[in-house]
Amino acid sequence: MENPKIIETPEVVVRFSGDSGDGMQLAGTIFSTVAAILGNEISTFPDYPAEMRAPRGSLGGVSSYQVHVGKKVYTPGDACDVLIAMNPAALKQNVKYLKKGGVLIYDTDTFVKSELDKAKFTTADPFEELAIAGKFQLVPVPISESTKSSLADTGMDAKSVARCRNIFAVGFVFWLFNRPLEKAEEFLTSKFGKKPEVLAANIKVLTDGFNYGANTHASVSTYRIESEKAAPGIYCDVKGNAATAYGLVAAAEKAGLKLFLGSYPITPATDILHELSKLKFLGVTTVQAEDEIAGICTAIGASFGGALAATSTSGPGVALKSEAIGLAVMAELPLVVIDVMRGGPSTGLPTKTEQTDLLQCLYGRNGESPAVVMAASTPVDCFYSAYNASKIALEHNTPVILLTDAFLGNGSSSLRIPEMDQLPEIKPAVASADMADSYEPYARDAETFVRLKAVPGTEGLMHRLGGLEKNVHGAISTDPNVHQQMVNNRQAKIDYIANCIPALEVKGDADADTLVVGWGGTYGHISAAVENLRAEGMKLAQAHFSYISPLPKNTEEVLRKYKNILCCELNNGQFAGYLRSKIEGISIKQFNEVKGQPFQISDIEAAIKAL
Amino acid sequence: MSYTQADFKSDQPLKFCAGCGDHAVAASMQKAMAELGIAPSQTAVISGIGCSSRMPYYMNTYGMHTIHGRGLAVATGLKTSRPDLTVWNVSGDGDCLAIGGNHFIHAMRRNIDLNIILFNNKIYGLTKGQYSPTSDRGLVSKSSPWGTVEDPFCPAELCLGARGNFFARAIDADIKNSVEAMKAAVHHKGAAVVEMLCNCVIFADGIHKLVTDSSVRADKTILLEDGKPMIYGKNRDKGLILDGWDIKSVTIGENGITEKDLLVHDAKKADPTFHLKLAMMGYSPYGYAGADDNLPIALGVIRDVEAPTYDWAVNDQIEDVKGKKKQRTLRDLLLSGDTWEVK
Repeated sequence: MENPKIIETPEVVVRFSGDSGDGMQLAGTIFSTVAAILGNEISTFPDYPAEMRAPRGSLGGVSSYQVHVGKKVYTPGDACDVLIAMNPAALKQNVKYLKKGGVLIYDTDTFVKSELDKAKFTTADPFEELAIAGKFQLVPVPISESTKSSLADTGMDAKSVARCRNIFAVGFVFWLFNRPLEKAEEFLTSKFGKKPEVLAANIKVLTDGFNYGANTHASVSTYRIESEKAAPGIYCDVKGNAATAYGLVAAAEKAGLKLFLGSYPITPATDILHELSKLKFLGVTTVQAEDEIAGICTAIGASFGGALAATSTSGPGVALKSEAIGLAVMAELPLVVIDVMRGGPSTGLPTKTEQTDLLQCLYGRNGESPAVVMAASTPVDCFYSAYNASKIALEHNTPVILLTDAFLGNGSSSLRIPEMDQLPEIKPAVASADMADSYEPYARDAETFVRLKAVPGTEGLMHRLGGLEKNVHGAISTDPNVHQQMVNNRQAKIDYIANCIPALEVKGDADADTLVVGWGGTYGHISAAVENLRAEGMKLAQAHFSYISPLPKNTEEVLRKYKNILCCELNNGQFAGYLRSKIEGISIKQFNEVKGQPFQISDIEAAIKAL
Repeated sequence: MSYTQADFKSDQPLKFCAGCGDHAVAASMQKAMAELGIAPSQTAVISGIGCSSRMPYYMNTYGMHTIHGRGLAVATGLKTSRPDLTVWNVSGDGDCLAIGGNHFIHAMRRNIDLNIILFNNKIYGLTKGQYSPTSDRGLVSKSSPWGTVEDPFCPAELCLGARGNFFARAIDADIKNSVEAMKAAVHHKGAAVVEMLCNCVIFADGIHKLVTDSSVRADKTILLEDGKPMIYGKNRDKGLILDGWDIKSVTIGENGITEKDLLVHDAKKADPTFHLKLAMMGYSPYGYAGADDNLPIALGVIRDVEAPTYDWAVNDQIEDVKGKKKQRTLRDLLLSGDTWEVK
C-alpha cells in the first residue's frame, strides 16, 4: 500500500482483539470514552469467547472489542478500519472484519512458533496463510518487548508488566488518530488513582506507545475524525443492560417507590441483576431467586406489597415465567419483565443476538392474556424504555414486557445524564385508605379500564387477588358473562394504552414510495442502511417501532401510505406477521436473518435495492 | 387492639367438602390470628393451588391465591419487600412438596420469616384423587391403581434437611393445639412450618387414622412441649427415654422408671439431629406403614431455633450499605463515575 496520508473521516471503526486476559475491553473503552469527550458519537460492541476459560493464545480464547466513533454513529459498524491483533489467534479470528486497505496493527513479539501453533497455523508465515499480503496496511509493532523496556526500571514483575501491553497499544492508536493523550491520562487517573505505581506505569506505557508511533511509523495513514456538537449536558458511557437497570432505578425514584428485582442468572441478561445488586445504597432490593419462576414470583409478591417490581431474563426464562406473567395479567399487578433476547430455540446461542422472542412475549401464555410489549432500540434507549415500561406498568397496573437483546445489552453508547425533573411524572394507580367504604378490587376507571391497586398495610382495603376469574368485588366467579366482561376489560385496558404512547414517527423522504420498517435493536443498522441509500439518491422512508402491544394509534394510517413496505427483523418474520394480523390486507415484504448476529448494513441495503 | 375470630372471616362462604379437615384448620388460623392481635390489614395470606390454597379467600386479610407451587416464591417477594407485614403461606402436600418443592427448600435455607401452614392429606384432592409426594408407598389411588412404587417425603425430614429452624405438627380436628402451634410459628422469626395432618373425606378418608383416630390418638401421639418431660398415653403413664442411640417408649412405674428418667424436650437446641429423630417417630421409609409401632408420632413444636432471617438481612444490608456511600440518587451515582461535559 502506497501514499500514506492523514485521512479526514466522518467516522472510523477500530477493533481491539487479543486474548481474553489482554484487557481489550479496557483498551476499547479508553478509546471510545475519549472520542465521546471530544464530541464524537460512539457505539461499541464486545465479542466474548464462548468458552469460559479457553487456554491462553487459543482460537477459542480470543476476545474483541469493536468501537465505532464519529458523526452519526448508529451501530458498532459492519467492518473495521483498524484492527489491533495482540497475538496470532486474534489475527486469525478477526482479520475477516478488516476492510480492504485498512490498517492492521499486530504485536510482532507474539508471532512466534509456540503462539502460531496455539492458533493452529500450519506454516511459519501466518500472513501468507491468511492471504493477507497486499490487502491491508501492515503495521508490525513489538508491543510486548516495548512494554517491557518501557517498564524496565519500575521493578514490576513480568506478569504485571504484561498486563500493560494493552495500554501501549492504546498509546499507539492515539497517535494513529491524532487524539490528545491528556484525555487518556485523565481516564487512567480516574481508574488507577488509588494505586499511584500502577497509574504511573500505565501513563509511562501509554506515552511510549504514542511516541513509538510518532517516531517510527510515519509511513502509515493516520486519521482525523470529524465531530459534531452533541446536546449540552454531562455524559457517561453506558452498556444497554446497565442502562436498563438505571431506567428502573430512575422510575422508582420518580414514583417514590422501592425498586425490587427478582431474577435468576441467565446470559445475556445477568448484568441487569449485577448492576442492580450494586445499587443497594440507593435502596434497591435484589433477590437472586432459586429459579426463573421464583424470580418473577418474588417480583409479583413485591409488586403486591407496593414496590416497583421487575424481573430480568432471556428467552428460555420467559418460557418458564409464562404462567406467572399470566398471574400478573389476571391479578392486574404492575410488573416489568425484561427479556434480553438471545439465539434460540431451547438453549440456542446464549451469547448471540436475535429477535425471536416477539411472538412468545405477545402470545406465549394460556388464555386471553394481553400484556404490554415494547422494545428498546439502542443501548441508551434501554434507559428510557425501562423508565417508560415502569411508568406504564405502575399507571395501568399491568405487566409490561420489555424486549432488548444481546446486541443492545452488551453494546454501549453515551447517555446524557438526565435531570430527574425532565423525566415524565409517574403516578401509580393505587387506592387510598379513605376509599375503605367503597373499594372494590376490580372496579375500573370508565375510560382507561385501570383498576386501583390496594397496598397491604392500608387500613380497610383488605382484599384477595388471584389467578381465578373474579367479579368486580374480587369474589371468584364462573359466570359466563362475568368472564366475557373481564376478558374484554383486560384487553380494553391494554388497548387504551395506545393513547398514552407516542405516535409512530416516519423519517426520510416525504415523497418516498417505500417504507422500511423494523423494531427494537435493529434501529441502528436499518437507519444506517436507509441513510446510505438516500445519500445515493434513493427515495426512502423509515419507521421504527418501540411499542408493539399496543401499536401506536397511527400505525395503520402510516403503513397504508406506502406502495412498498419492507420489514427487517432478526427472525423469520414475526413482526411482519403480527402487522398483517392487525392491519387487514396490508402487503408487507420481509427481510429476515437468523444467524445470531446483528444485521450487516450492506445486507439491508441489498434487500432494499432488490425490492 | 384486640380482635375476635370473626374479624378474620371474610364474607366468602367456605367451599370445602362437608367433613373436610380444612374447615377446622381455617377456624384455627382465624382463631390464632385473633389471639395474636395483629391487625387484619397488617396480615397477608398467600397460597398456591389446591383445596387448601383456597384459604386466602376466607380470610379477611390481604391475600393472594397464586399459581400452582409458587405461593412461597410470591410470599418471599412480599415479605422481603415488606418485612413489616405478617405473612402466612398456605399450601398442600402436592403444592408445597411436588411442584413447589424447590421453593420450599429454598424458603427453609434462606430462613425467610413466613408462617407456612402445610396441609398434609397425602392425596391430591382438587384434581380428584391422585397420590401425592407424601402418600405411603403402595397407596392405591386413581393414578396408582396397583399401588404406588415410590417412597414418600416426610415433611419434617425435608424441612430439617433443608436447614429449617421451626417445625410443628398438629391434627386438623385438634383446634386447641393447632392454634398454639400456629401462634408459635408466628412468634418465631424465620421460616416456620406447621404440618397439619388433614383428612380428605372424599379421596383419602382416614389416611391419618392410625395415629389420629380418637380411639388410638392418646397412645399413638405425643405432644411435645419445650422444657417438659416427654409423657403421653391415655393414662399419662407412658414416656420416652434414650436407649443408646434410639428413642424408646417406656411405662412410668415399670422397671423402676420414674418421670425423672424421661427425656425433656429442648425445642431450642441448635443441633437438629435429635429434633429429626423426634419428628421421624412413627414413620418408616414407606410412611406410617411398617413404622415402629411402639413409638408415638410427635405433635406440637418439635424445633424452634432462632437464626438471622432473610428478610431482615436483606434490609439490614441495604441500610448498612447506605451508610457507606454518599450517593443518594441515580444522578449522584452517574455523576460519580466516568463522565464528560458537552457545553
